[in-house]
Parts: sequence; structure tokens; C-alpha cells
Amino acid sequence: MTDSSHSDTGSVAPILDKLQLSRRTFLGGATALTLAVGLGSRVVNAAELPADATSFAPNGFIRVDAQGVVTVISSYLEMGQGTFTGLATLAAEELDVDVASIRVVPAAADTALYFNPVWVKRGWKVQGTGGSTAMAGAWGQMREAAATARAMLLAAAAQVWNVDVARLKVENGEVFDPATGRRAGYGRFVALAAKLPVPSGVEVKSADAFRVIGDRTVQRLDVPAKVNGTAVYTQDMKLPGMLVAVVAHPARVWAKIGEVDASAALAIPGVVAVVQVPGNDDVQSAVAVLAANTWTARKGRDALKIRWDTEGVAAPDSQQITDRFIKLTQGTGLTAVERGEVLSKAPTGGHMIEAVYEQPYLAHAPMEPMNCLIHLQDDGCDVWNGEQWYTADQAAVAKATGLDPSKVRLHQLYAGGSFGRRANPRADFVQEAARIAAAARKQGVNAPIKMVWMREDDTRGMQYRPLTVHRIRAVLDASGKLVSWHHHVAGQSFTPSNDPKKVDAALLEGVTNLAYEVPNLKVEQHNPEDIAVPVQWMRSVGHTHSGFAVETLIDELAALNAQDPLAFRLAMLKPAAREIGVLQRVADMAGWSSPLASGAPGTRRARGIAVRQSFGTYVAQVAEVTVYPDHSFSVDRIFCAVDCGWVINPNNVETQLQSGIGFGLSFLRQAIVLKQGEIQQSNFHDYPVLRMNGMPRVEVALIDSRDPPTGIGEPGVPPTAPAVVNALAAATGIRVRRLPLGDQLTPA
Amino acid sequence: MLELKINSQVHQFSGDPEMPLLWYLRDELAMTGTKFGCGLALCGACTVHVDGVPTRSCMTPVSVVAGREVTTIEAAERVRVGQALQAAWVAEQVPQCGYCQSGQIMSAMALLVAKPGPTDADIDSAMSGNICRCATYQRIRSAIHKAAQVLSA
Repeated sequence: MTDSSHSDTGSVAPILDKLQLSRRTFLGGATALTLAVGLGSRVVNAAELPADATSFAPNGFIRVDAQGVVTVISSYLEMGQGTFTGLATLAAEELDVDVASIRVVPAAADTALYFNPVWVKRGWKVQGTGGSTAMAGAWGQMREAAATARAMLLAAAAQVWNVDVARLKVENGEVFDPATGRRAGYGRFVALAAKLPVPSGVEVKSADAFRVIGDRTVQRLDVPAKVNGTAVYTQDMKLPGMLVAVVAHPARVWAKIGEVDASAALAIPGVVAVVQVPGNDDVQSAVAVLAANTWTARKGRDALKIRWDTEGVAAPDSQQITDRFIKLTQGTGLTAVERGEVLSKAPTGGHMIEAVYEQPYLAHAPMEPMNCLIHLQDDGCDVWNGEQWYTADQAAVAKATGLDPSKVRLHQLYAGGSFGRRANPRADFVQEAARIAAAARKQGVNAPIKMVWMREDDTRGMQYRPLTVHRIRAVLDASGKLVSWHHHVAGQSFTPSNDPKKVDAALLEGVTNLAYEVPNLKVEQHNPEDIAVPVQWMRSVGHTHSGFAVETLIDELAALNAQDPLAFRLAMLKPAAREIGVLQRVADMAGWSSPLASGAPGTRRARGIAVRQSFGTYVAQVAEVTVYPDHSFSVDRIFCAVDCGWVINPNNVETQLQSGIGFGLSFLRQAIVLKQGEIQQSNFHDYPVLRMNGMPRVEVALIDSRDPPTGIGEPGVPPTAPAVVNALAAATGIRVRRLPLGDQLTPA
Repeated sequence: MLELKINSQVHQFSGDPEMPLLWYLRDELAMTGTKFGCGLALCGACTVHVDGVPTRSCMTPVSVVAGREVTTIEAAERVRVGQALQAAWVAEQVPQCGYCQSGQIMSAMALLVAKPGPTDADIDSAMSGNICRCATYQRIRSAIHKAAQVLSA
């Protein structure tokens, strides 16, 4: 029996049906009606929720409306990693509702409420997404928020029904009293629950009661809108009267605006204005053409005649930087870690290798080039963006517009990829959009402005994964034991510091905390701050380069010992190391102990292995490669075992690991190269990313774990390139120490 | 004045005939399912069909498609092969960021029309013009096979 007209609250109907139901039920709700119709598949931001959706708001993360619809507020960006669904899964678990019934909306900018709970433990109080932290942070925060909401709704139900709260249960989104058989949806109780005090210390569900956490059949909430073109990204936004800005940047980086002849651009019908935005320490100079549509703005941009002033402008050059770094690593750097005393030669009967690894600048190259929609008004500013780093972006827009940060309202949209790019420490492209809007306003242009970078602007926008040189001297004793590891890393910092003694943890991760046991370890950092190429974290950050250097050298050492590379690794790991579990699992998957089937005559086939812990997640991979007579090669299969603690969404973990592997495979072939201040790459023809024909078959296995969950967006990346390169060495004896490798191995 | 037929609807176009179809679709017709990725026909995010042939709309001037039949992702669900692919994309949980997926589905539609039972090699050759930076390729492959099976049943 039911005492409510909302007994269908817990059904699996999608969210739009819910809103339509609410329209039928409350015909007076005109606001709700308008919003529902206008919803499309744009993510609705928290500030835009209809009033009745926020009627029960026990904390920053959970809302329940009068129809019982649960809204989860995400302080994180959905950029493909599945975070919205992960958050909904945690909330659905505690509230005992269906995951598919939950609406996820992005938070407003509010660092005090929505700071990243993992970062804050590292002394970094900012609202943002990155470092594979969302599920690790939400595991406590979101579950507690949802459990608190549930406790309050149950307390309200107990009052309404005048029964002991202890006997009430929740089944599929309905409060249920087994003694009377009464049931009613949460919506019935929100009005009263909203008046109750918020309890503290509410316990979350015990793991044995998990219903949706770990359920392979849970589907991503964002998928339906992403298969029919209705998902809305920044690029898709159009406001009434909006202008599109396409930007000219100098070919020679950091060149200043000399003279601009905009007459041809302004003569194009539809071009409204040309604005100049001189560069500053953070962003390059730009000249923007504002027009009614993207094509006209682009044509206008191409019609600009600009004399760029290069006098006294730095001319960063990849080869010069690499040469300088190689020299630096021969000298003395800042000691980051020192344990025991590293050796400078091999003991009798032992071996020493000194290896230098060169890795280039890399561009993130998400499919959606950087863009930002901004509407600057007298009393404030609205910004629509794949908003990954609220705190920095809000501050940058405030600075560029002269507004108080509280007047800068950020609206998060789906991001067409990011891989770190949209969390820029300098808020570079957001800042550029704000500076364009401010300059346009001075010319009397008050329209909303959508700044869109062309692919070439994105590729040449710098903010790259840093170019690095690693120099490692590793020593084996006569018994083949690794006894000394002396590691220099040269590279730039994302956020340069004036403190010459500051150890850059992001540059040295996976080095200072080397997984393998070695009695004598020294790590030195070389961290020049005078290179005019701003750099930025990229998916898996320091592990993108340190993983390659460490895991390929370990393989080389195993070969010197004539030892199996798996056995060599296992012998150097502490008995409790979680690397062991993933290594053994991946070896089983790949049939490591049995020979690999041979290929066509003339080809050579081999396996390579690598393991890496990053962001608290342990990943081991085995790559199978075929090398052809012309020294070209294919990556045929990759096996991957992952230990990321408790698995919240198994299906999503698997796809994220596949994604990381695809990202890591691109490292074999891509580089951004600067020559005398000019970036040589521009688009996908000269900055290749993995395509379908390069994607190996990938098998992913998840380690069953009861440890708290850790991230999965990044940790798939680091082992891939070293596993492939180790396989190529096993096939040919050719050791690759410089990336990119290109399409073919170079015989020694 | 050009006459354009997009998803069976006729539009009169009087703007710049050099405007790529992509920008007309997105900026003028608000059909934003077709995406901008590279502007040089290198990534496939802008793939539409022109008389059934998969075409990169970012490099195709509006004037070229006058009098021809343009189909975009917005109309994919009107045909059986589009429905099957979209259902398979959901079943295999293909999209991550999702930005490239309209173009992927449009390329896959053309493939299945030409080759109802594609091999992996057929898929590689038909789909390698469409970049997915999230590297959802393995699931795209599975979803195409799945849709092919459903369509042949």
C-alpha cells in the first residue's frame, strides 16, 4: 500500500521524464517547465536548478526535490573520465536509489565549500579536478553527504508516520515500514527533512551491503547524449547576440604586437570588431576578430595583416634546451633524495650502465580545442567553459576584468577531453577570453563572446608536458643485485618557484619514491626557470617521462644479468608491495612463462613488461609487438592489470585503462619541437595521435581489493611506452632511449 | 541563393558560398552534433554524409553540397543502421568525453551500409580517419560488430 501519489519515485525513468512528471503534477511550476524544455543535454549548473529541486539541501552535495529526484552536485569536471557517474554511484548506494535516476549537476565556484579534499591534505585548498583524485575524495565526502541526507529523510518519515526510525528501511528509493507495509518516496518527506538539524557522524553503509558499488552493469549517465549529438560542449554554446572570436597568435612565440592592419578583416561582411590583447607574463599577445559566426571570424583572422615585433623576444629551441639539459645532468643539481652512497663504478664482477633519456614537449591535443564563452556585464561576468580549475580561472577572470572574484560566475560544461589541459595554472585561455571581452567592451562591444581556438592555436598554445632529460647511473654487483641508482632529472616546473631549494615533486614522482629496493639512491633535480615555454601537467604528469626512463632501464639491467625482466622486478620489490600483485596477474594474463607465437617469416615478435604506481593506483602491462623486416613495428596486444583499491564502476575502470594505454602509445610517435622560437607542429598531420589502426587489442584485469579507491584516469598511461619499448628491445636488441621513436626502429 | 537539403529539410542559403558546411550546420542551423576538431579533414569529428558518402564538413564549402542530400548525426536515428549503431554504442558504453563520437557514428554508418559484415581490417580502414583522443577504439570496434550482428539478424 502507498500513502503517496509519488510512489514511482524510485523508478528508473530518466531525468527528463521526471521533470515532465513534475510538470504534470504541478502545473503551476512554469519555471520548471521552461527549464526542462531548455535542458537539452547541456549539463545544468547548480545555480540554475529550479527552486523545488533544492528544497532539501542538507549539505553541498545532495539535493532532493519534492518528487524525490536526487541531484548530486559535482565539484569536478566531466571530461570523459566518468566522474559524474562515479559520484552518482556513491550517492545512489547510500540513498538506495537507482544510479540512472540521479541527476548530476556541476557546482558553482565556491572554494570554501568545494575545495578538492585530496589536495587540501597536501596543503592546497583549491576547487578543481585533477590528479585522479575525484573518487578518492568522494569515497568519504559523497558517501557521508548522501548517508546524512538519507538519515534526515528517514527521521522525517518516522515523524510523519509516528514510528520508530530504526524500523524503517529504504527500498529502491522508497521509504518502507515493514510493520505497516506503508511506503512512500523521498519526495513525501523533503519538506520536513529540510527543517531538521543536520546530524554529524552518520555512518556510511558497510561494504557487505553494497548494491551498486562494484556493479558492472551500471551505465554512464552521459552516454545517451553522447551518441546522438545532443551533449553540449563549450564549442556548441550560442547565446542571443553572441559573437565568435578567432584569434591570431604570433608564429614566433611571445612576439609583441607591432602594427595591425585590420582593414581587410573589417571589410568582410559580418566582422564586427578587431581587438588587440597585448601579452603578459602568462599569455601571448593576440589579435582577435569578432564576428557573427565562426567562419567569418576565421576569415577575418586570416585577413589580418600583423607585423609582430620580435626584438628582444626569447627564442626557445628544443635542441638547445635538450643540449643544455644533457650538460646540466652531468653536473650537480639539487639533491632531492639521498640514501647511502651511490657508486660511480661497478664493483668487481658487476656492471654499470649510464643511460640518458630524452623526451620532448608534448601537447595535450584534446578533440575540443580550447575555447571559452564569456559575457562581461556592468555588474559581473558569466563564463561557460569545460571548467576544470575554478579557483584559478575565477581569479584570472577577476584580474582581467577588474571585477571582484565573487562577481565572476563560472558555468561548467562537458569538456571534449582535457588530459590536464583545462586545468591551467595560469588560466591561460580563460584569461585570454576575459582579456578579449574586456578589450571589446572598451570598444563598445558588450555582446557575449565565444573565443574559439583553431586546432593550430591549440597545438601551438604551449602549456606543454615538459621536455626532460633523465640521466641514470645504475650499478649491479657481481651477484646481479641492484646496489646503486643515481638519477638526475632536468626539466621545467609547472609553477616556477623563486626558491632554488624547492624540490619539484611533480617532476620527480616515481623517481624519489623509486619502487625498487636499492641500498644506495641519489636523485638530483635540475630545474631551470628561464625557459620561455610554459609547461603544464599532462595525464599522469611526471610519470609520463619518469616511468619511461625507470622502466626501460630496469629492463636493460635485467638483460645484463641475463635475467627474466619479470623475475628481476619481483626480486627487487618489498614483499608487501602492491606492484607484485599486478605484475603476477598481468604475467598470467599474457602467458608470460610460455613462448609467444611467432609471426610471418621475416618478422620478429616479443613481449615487454612494465609496472608503475601513480596516484595510488598500481598498473602493470605486457605489450606484444611484431617487428617487420624494414624495422617498422606493430603493437598487437596489451595486457593490463590494475589495483586501484575498491572498484566503484568496473566497466568504467576498464575503459579508462584502455584509454590510458591509447594515450601512452601516442608518446611513441609525437613531439612538439621548437626551432628558434617557432613551434614546428600545428595540426594532426604533424602531431600524430593514435588512430584506430594503431590500437592493439587490450585486455584489462582488476585486482580484487578492499583498500579505499584510488584514481583511474591517469595510471593507465605510464607503463605503456616502456612496455612497448622493452618488447622492441626483446625482439631486436635495440634499446630506445629517446622519444619519439617514430614508425621505425633505427638499428644500431 | 543556394538550396540545401539537410536531413530531408530544404534550406535557402544566401551567405558566403565558401563557408564550410560545418559552420553553416553549427552556427546558422544550431545543429551542433557535428563537431569542429581540426579544420583540415584530419580528425573526422565533423563527418556528415553527402549523398550517403562520409564527408568532412569542415573542408566542404556549402556551394559544393547544393542540390545534394546531406545527413548529419541529428538524423542518424531515422534509419535502421543508425539506430543499431547508437544502441550498440550505448550497450558497449563507448563514449568517454564524447566529442568525436558523432563523427565516429557517421563513419560507421557508411561502413555498415557498404559492408554489412565488416572484418577488423575493414573497420581499421574505414574508421582510421576518425581520431578519438580518449582512445575508445576497442569499444568502437566491438560496437560496430555488435550493430552488424543486430542488423543481419
